[in-house]
Amino acid sequence: MTDRGLILACSAIGAGLAMIAGIGPGVGQGIAAGHGASAVGRNPGAKGTIMSTMLLGQAVAETTGLYGFAVAIILLFANPLIGKL
Amino acid sequence: MSNGSSLLSAGFAGQKLIEFSSDKDVTFGVDGFLQYEFLGQKVWLTTTHISMLIVMLALVVFALIANRVIKKADPEKAPGPFLNVIEYMVETIDNLTRTNMGEKHGGKFSNYIGTIFAFILLANIAGLFGLRPPTADYGVTFGLALITFVLIHYNGFKYQKMAHITNLFKPVLLTPINIIGELATPLSMSLRLFGNVLSGTVMMGLIYGLIGKFAIIWPAALHGYFDVFSGAIQTYVFAMLTMVFISNNFEEE
Repeated sequence: MTDRGLILACSAIGAGLAMIAGIGPGVGQGIAAGHGASAVGRNPGAKGTIMSTMLLGQAVAETTGLYGFAVAIILLFANPLIGKL
Repeated sequence: MSNGSSLLSAGFAGQKLIEFSSDKDVTFGVDGFLQYEFLGQKVWLTTTHISMLIVMLALVVFALIANRVIKKADPEKAPGPFLNVIEYMVETIDNLTRTNMGEKHGGKFSNYIGTIFAFILLANIAGLFGLRPPTADYGVTFGLALITFVLIHYNGFKYQKMAHITNLFKPVLLTPINIIGELATPLSMSLRLFGNVLSGTVMMGLIYGLIGKFAIIWPAALHGYFDVFSGAIQTYVFAMLTMVFISNNFEEE
């Protein structure tokens, strides 16, 4: 196996591992959506406010997952390790 | 036609950041169209620039038509359908800024919020029209976030004077964390928009590359999710976070 091939293969594995970060935002957004649903059940009149607050919170919770995604994309398409050969 | 493919704008010295030129079926990178010299650097004119110019052209044409319709409007008669839509849009943005930034300051920011709302929304759904979304380029989203960053601190100095600086050192031990927190704001805002739009673009590119000619009609459902739904949500979130961060700096009344 060439050095380059080894780096590419390990980068692909690393990109897959980086996407494990997707678990966290999934759980967090689910919790936010669940609490949002129960809040609408308790107070249907405030549906608009609850929806916007929930979406904002979910978007902020998503950030960590997107950091993982950025790492995966950099490993796959803008690999900094190839240049170190 | 397309010489260098990269996910970031191939700005610096025509450097190739990504190499996947061998398989042309899957395309979701930024393609360079035209290379030119600028201040001694080799710079590319990329798909991002072109789709951004198309988006801006669409917005300018819409604004010119809206301006003409508004000028011709007769206050005595009921407004027509187009005028109704414009009024609805303006009122929505006004209400959004008023409820989030307070009655006193809200009106001043509805121009900026409306502008970034229209631009980001149109840029996000550009994927529907076969363009590469301009917001899937980190240069664009980071620029947008930098404008917000400047606005946050301009308003901080305007309303809190020197307290805006001294607040950073409030618990003295937490000074580095406060400074990092301030600097992380534009970074996380831009990465959030960029990551969401890019993930949609990558996914659509993979699906079109995977099934080739079988991609008829049914990817429309995926376009509905990745381009329209996700794009609208991210637009709303970007505008919302801008408003929240700016209004944090207004003095307590």
